[in-house]
Amino acid sequence: MLSLKEKDSPIVRKLLDAGCCARCVLRFCCVGKCSSYQLPSEDINKELLAFLSEADGEQSHGAAEQTQTEDPPCKKLKLDSAPVGQDGSSEASAAHTEPNVQSEICVACLGVLQDFCDLSYTKQVCEVVRKADYKFGSLVLAVSLPAQLSVREHSCWLHIKKEVKEKSMCLDKEDVVQVKDAFKWAIQGMVGKELGTPVLTNSLFEVSVGFTHPETEADCHFLATTCSDCFKPTKNKASVFTRMAVVKALDKISDAKFLRHYPCPPVRPASKCTPLDTTCLHTSVFIAGRYNKFSRELPQTPWVIDGERRMEGSVEELIADPLLSSFRADGFNFSSSGREDVDVRTLGNGRPFAMELLNPHRAKFNGAEVRQLQEVINASSDKIRVRDLQIVTRDAMGRMKEGEEEKTKSYSALIWTKKAITNSDLDFIANIKELKIDQKTPLRVLHRRPLAVRQRVIHSMSASYLDTHHFRLQLHTQAGTYIKEFVHGDFGRTKPNLCALMESEVDILELDVEDSVYVPLPTTLDDL
Amino acid sequence: MEEAEKKAPSVTDRYYTRWYKTDMKGKPCEDHCILQHSNRICVITLAESHPILQNGRKIKSINYRISDGCSRLNNKVSGKSKRGGQFLTEFAPLCRITCTDNIEYTIFSCIRGRLLEVNEDILKQPDLLLEKPSTEGYIAVILPKLEESKSITNGLLTRQQYEEVVSKRTAQQPKPCRDQP
Ligand SMILES: [Zn+2]
Repeated sequence: MLSLKEKDSPIVRKLLDAGCCARCVLRFCCVGKCSSYQLPSEDINKELLAFLSEADGEQSHGAAEQTQTEDPPCKKLKLDSAPVGQDGSSEASAAHTEPNVQSEICVACLGVLQDFCDLSYTKQVCEVVRKADYKFGSLVLAVSLPAQLSVREHSCWLHIKKEVKEKSMCLDKEDVVQVKDAFKWAIQGMVGKELGTPVLTNSLFEVSVGFTHPETEADCHFLATTCSDCFKPTKNKASVFTRMAVVKALDKISDAKFLRHYPCPPVRPASKCTPLDTTCLHTSVFIAGRYNKFSRELPQTPWVIDGERRMEGSVEELIADPLLSSFRADGFNFSSSGREDVDVRTLGNGRPFAMELLNPHRAKFNGAEVRQLQEVINASSDKIRVRDLQIVTRDAMGRMKEGEEEKTKSYSALIWTKKAITNSDLDFIANIKELKIDQKTPLRVLHRRPLAVRQRVIHSMSASYLDTHHFRLQLHTQAGTYIKEFVHGDFGRTKPNLCALMESEVDILELDVEDSVYVPLPTTLDDL
Repeated sequence: MEEAEKKAPSVTDRYYTRWYKTDMKGKPCEDHCILQHSNRICVITLAESHPILQNGRKIKSINYRISDGCSRLNNKVSGKSKRGGQFLTEFAPLCRITCTDNIEYTIFSCIRGRLLEVNEDILKQPDLLLEKPSTEGYIAVILPKLEESKSITNGLLTRQQYEEVVSKRTAQQPKPCRDQP
């Protein structure tokens, strides 16, 4: 059952004559029943013809005269060229339309709803998906169609606009079922069956199919002169005739102007669409945690100068490698709440980080499996340690950098002094509270950061004696304070600095980040 | 801590390479020292053998206005790319320093690059220049072009070559370098 109404018959007839395929006829009749599109093409054709002959049977009495005068020219032409008798009219029109429906390429969908709605194309798509080897519980189909399909659609719409309005004043172009939707309705059942998963309108796993049709690309070109403002060249796009731009131009153009520049109905194509490669994409997974860094020879991210790698390994790679292989992801983006220098250790609770895993082929991991992943990371290297590993939302990744300035950090540094250290020096340091310092952008990062003077606060310090020329300095500071520069002064560019405060040449030999206090993310997980 | 007992290399030693330009513009002993960070940034300083630093001399004035139309104090850079910074060539003067004996010396850029900042602290405290010429008494900070970061030091001497030049000088001239107007 195609759920066509009697008033659809002039539309059906006109579209078949114009060279539309059976599914496109259903679309323009605004048939919204998915199952109608799932029938094999031949069956829909048969039903359409049966529907037409039935309608003709009902109309053949008394309406003949009216038909003669009101028929649009193209149908008259067909009727004229066919040997139509008063009684045999139904047979004649059926005989005439049949070859159009079966053997030729549709003027509206360029074959998308003819040759690509069958099991063999579905199997081809599913084979690609299976080979890509994703784990997924559902999928969404994405269909990309050549932009000129919109032009042809518009032309077909104008061709039958009058008949559609006669059928119901309420119907408009928006009520026509889109090629994309008809295509999905036609194949999604088969795809679901083939892959054993539901095909939904929304899923984290997307299978994209697409089509091109070079033969008719020029269909869009007249729009560039009639609606030039819709086609602004953009850097990344190869052609200005994007689907969006074409739709926008068609929205603006008057019917009369369109008809002056483009045939109605559209010209029959010689070839059908060419399918594009089927591609699969899984939405990113975000995973967060805290890390400790125990090495003074490990950068946070790969250290590259002049295209040359300066040091083996990095924190992000040590964390990412096991995750990439478990999630079978194509790549990752690493984000953290601040960063430490190569020679700085990060101790205490660790530094919060988050990682976006791109196009993961496996995305679902339960709590126990995530803990297992954490163990794998921790077993892979003794230079770092990860805790609180958990799957988070995209938002949580974005918030990683929020409020960085407000955070307080605590550090531990090994300090050398030129002068011999006295008890009063240690007391002096311990008595410094809420010290405001002005830091010019340190010379060591000035090549990649703007030059500025930033005020930072050293909340408190304490010092413990090691030997005549060494002591350990504990600092609580506003996040973003450059500790090394606070100690050695960076050519006097941080003021005051520890050299000036202690009235001695001092240097920082080692630095550890002990803790970041007040960090909302990620949630601390109970001891594992 | 035993190994740290020995004087550890200073911040400058650890992160910067010292380059020298001796007898700048043919003026005897007017040696400059360029500290190049591994990130290519250069700090221009007086070499310890520069006449200004000899014999307990004092500074009368330091002037970053190198001509009527150009003052290095007006240098402003903005953004990561340091837009707006004056571009300097090797022989671009950075400042003129006059000692209390009224002898004036010009300090030069020595390398090509964009001027990032000059040291305004030495204007208020000229003694910084005398006491800590290679740290807080620096003259200017210059960012060479990325593609020139290797080649800008081609015409400069290494620390070792510089020491050889200085010791040869002392051998020829029993007295340390004297100012020669
Ligand atoms: Zn079609």
